Amino acid sequence: MIRFVFGGTITALAGIVAERYGPEIGGLFLAFPAILPAAATLIEKHEKETKDRAGLDGTMRGRVAAGVDAAGAAMGSIGLMAFALIVWQELPNSSLSLVLVGATLAWLAASVMVWELRETLCRRIRARFHAASSHGLHAAPRRGSSIHRRFDE
Amino acid sequence: MKEILVRFVVGGVVVSVFALLGDLLKPKSFAGLFGAAPSVALATLALTVSKQGKEYASVEARSMLIGAIAFFIYALVVSRLLIRRKLPVLPVTGLSMAWWFACAFGCWYAVLR
Repeated sequence: MIRFVFGGTITALAGIVAERYGPEIGGLFLAFPAILPAAATLIEKHEKETKDRAGLDGTMRGRVAAGVDAAGAAMGSIGLMAFALIVWQELPNSSLSLVLVGATLAWLAASVMVWELRETLCRRIRARFHAASSHGLHAAPRRGSSIHRRFDE
Repeated sequence: MKEILVRFVVGGVVVSVFALLGDLLKPKSFAGLFGAAPSVALATLALTVSKQGKEYASVEARSMLIGAIAFFIYALVVSRLLIRRKLPVLPVTGLSMAWWFACAFGCWYAVLR
C-alpha cells in the first residue's frame, strides 16, 4: 500500500512539474527513486522480525540487507540510463509501444549484465583471497564482497 | 484533476508491480535491480505521448538520463551508509534524497540549461 501511494504520488508529481516547469525539469522525476526507500524499509523490518523471532537482535542485519538491496538498485540505475537513452533517441521516429518494450528490455539486459559482471568480479576476488589464505598469506578480507555473499544465499 | 488521478493510479499500479517482482526474486542484490525499474517512466510516458506528443516525451527522456545518473549516486551513497556505517534505513534513504536533488538539478543546470 505504501509503495502504491508513494509511486502514484511521484508519478502525479512528475506530470504536475512537467506541466508547470516544462519537460526538461519534469523529465528528471521519471528517474526519481520511487521504490527504493519503501523497499529498503520493508527489507529492514522483515530481517529484524526474522531475527527477533529467533530471540536475536536483527537491527544491524536488517540495515545491511537494505544496503545490499540499494547496491542492486545502483546497478539497476545503469539499466535505467539505457532505457532513457533509447526512449530519447528512438521515440520521435518509432511507435510508442515498440520503443517502450525495447527500452524496458534494454533496462533489464543492461542491469542484469552489470549485476553478472559484479558477481564475476566478486567471485574472482573471493577465490584469490581463499587461495592466499590456504597458502598461509595474510590478505585483508574484502568486506563488501563477503557481506553481499551472506545476503546472496 | 482527472488526469492527475489517472497518473496517480497508473503510477501506483506500475510501481507496485515492479516492487512485487523485486520481492519475489533472490538473491537480494538481484532483487535490488527492480528498485531502479523504470516504473514512473512507463506510467508517465504513455500518458504524456497521448497528451503532448512524442517530441515532448523525448525531451522528458533526455532529462530522465540525467535523473538516472543522480539515481546511481543516490543508491551508491545509501548502500555505503547502510553497509559500512549501519545507520538506520529510513533517515538514510530520506535524507540522502538531497543527493538525488543536488545531482539531478546540478547536472541539468550544467548540461541542459
